Amino acid sequence: MNTGLTAWDKVQIARHGRRPHTLDYIRACCEDFVEFHGDRRFGDDPAMVAGVARLDGRTVVVIGHQKGSDTRENLRRNFGMPRPEGYRKALRMFRHAERFGFPVVCFIDTPGADPSMQSEERGQAEAIAENILVMAGLRVPIVATVIGEGGSGGALAISVADRLLMLEYTTYSVASPEATAAILWHDAARAPEAAQVMRITAPDLLDLGVADAIIAEPDGGAHLDPTAALLNTAAAVRHHVAELAGVPIDVLLARRYAKYRAIGQVQQHPPPPVEPREVPNLSFG
Amino acid sequence: MKELFRRTPGRFTSARRDADQQIPENLWTKCPACGEITYVKQLNDQLKVCKCGYHMRLSVAEWLQLFDRDSFVEEDRELAPVDALQFVSAKDNYAQKLRETQAATGMNDALLTGRATLNGADVQLAISNWEFIGGSMGSVFGERLARATERAAERGVPLITITATGGARQHEGVLSLMQMAKTNMALTRLSAARQLHIALLIDPCYAGVLASYASVADVIIAEPGARIGFAGRRVIEQTIRQKLPASFQTAEFLLEHGMVDMVTPRGELRATIQRLIGLHAPAATRFSHSGNGVLREPLPLS
Repeated sequence: MNTGLTAWDKVQIARHGRRPHTLDYIRACCEDFVEFHGDRRFGDDPAMVAGVARLDGRTVVVIGHQKGSDTRENLRRNFGMPRPEGYRKALRMFRHAERFGFPVVCFIDTPGADPSMQSEERGQAEAIAENILVMAGLRVPIVATVIGEGGSGGALAISVADRLLMLEYTTYSVASPEATAAILWHDAARAPEAAQVMRITAPDLLDLGVADAIIAEPDGGAHLDPTAALLNTAAAVRHHVAELAGVPIDVLLARRYAKYRAIGQVQQHPPPPVEPREVPNLSFG
Repeated sequence: MKELFRRTPGRFTSARRDADQQIPENLWTKCPACGEITYVKQLNDQLKVCKCGYHMRLSVAEWLQLFDRDSFVEEDRELAPVDALQFVSAKDNYAQKLRETQAATGMNDALLTGRATLNGADVQLAISNWEFIGGSMGSVFGERLARATERAAERGVPLITITATGGARQHEGVLSLMQMAKTNMALTRLSAARQLHIALLIDPCYAGVLASYASVADVIIAEPGARIGFAGRRVIEQTIRQKLPASFQTAEFLLEHGMVDMVTPRGELRATIQRLIGLHAPAATRFSHSGNGVLREPLPLS
């Protein structure tokens, strides 16, 4: 499958404007979708959509980043980059899901959280951190599916999950390739090179133990046959939600803890000896 | 007053040039904020805080002195990073960078963890080392912090984190991102054990680390003038195409916007943390959470 495509090619496919977006996936997976708005604190963020819907006869909470399919809608949706109120709307929906015992279904499609003065003033970092903490202990199953770009903390803030699914040509990374190139080499133009070394494609994430399954896309990408991509995704999401719904919640939480506790690679060896540096005496009282 | 904390590149350059020219570095230090030249010994007596209020960066070894003398016992010292992505580019070789940084710092990675006491009270602590790839969080950082947090929960002692960082370590890719989930995951245990997490944010504290354990602490203390934020200043300026005010993303700015509990000068840190630990110690808890919701006997007033 997909021989010959570089990581950078896949970045382009994952960002393709004609790919289906979150609302398309919600409609394909669920019936009876009712969208909720607002974080009850500041405002409503069109870059994040959320609500309740029926999936295989079971009510679920659905949450996702929402990109637009044209410039006008993209401006309204802030290119899928949520502000703190977007994350706090998601937070409110996590709590709603827990209160009623609904599984949570998330769709991931963002270049990252909104980087602006207003978002900083309203606590972007806190909004993301709080969601991660709440998802860590949320007493209902969580299934997250990467449908395009999974960029940085802005993606993680709605994707700490019992199952992380990725469409075949999607990416999930610590930062966008442009951002990584800018951070490491002060040159965003070297993004293709960053994409290559960062291991951000779906098979990479499966290898690294971060993703749990890959959902096949039509040849060349979801934008070439959206219906096929939507149907495949709907089948996968239904399968995983049904499977998790049968697991006692304490077992599920223990597994979720163990899953994230195990991600990462370390080894053991003593640090190298160094000449002791003189440390001045500081008296903190 | 905020003017004093502004750090412009121009000032850094001139400070460095002057130092090269004539000031013997081990005797005198020039403040990067106000330019005042202070005798090093006197500056140390002031905890490296200039008369103008500027807080100079402390090393990890210096931060350890916030705790009781000789009380620190390091844990997980031998946990070491792996070049999991085989990260090599034309300009960057992660494995080599690790070897060089380890040799320069004597640490395997950017986080120091262990146990210590503060005025006799047991604590678990974690201090990031800015000199180790910008205090960035990769697999080892996340693992050491998660273990320290779990130990704090098991031992029933508070966790104190002291953090200066640029964020997640790019060279370990998505594994670094996942440490944000790992550290917060571990914090759910601390919370279940009803133990306190105090986060001290020092200059600079950014991105993925601020967007995980540092922002969900029970008490968040920032050092005066510290720059703290999610997106870097340069990124925001490029996005909005205008200059940001000097006070933007300072500790004082965060206090004003409700993101930190207090901005505490270095000289008051130890007493402040000590009081917070005392106020949250089990003996001070009057309300029983054991299930019946009945108040315990009130403690005697004295």
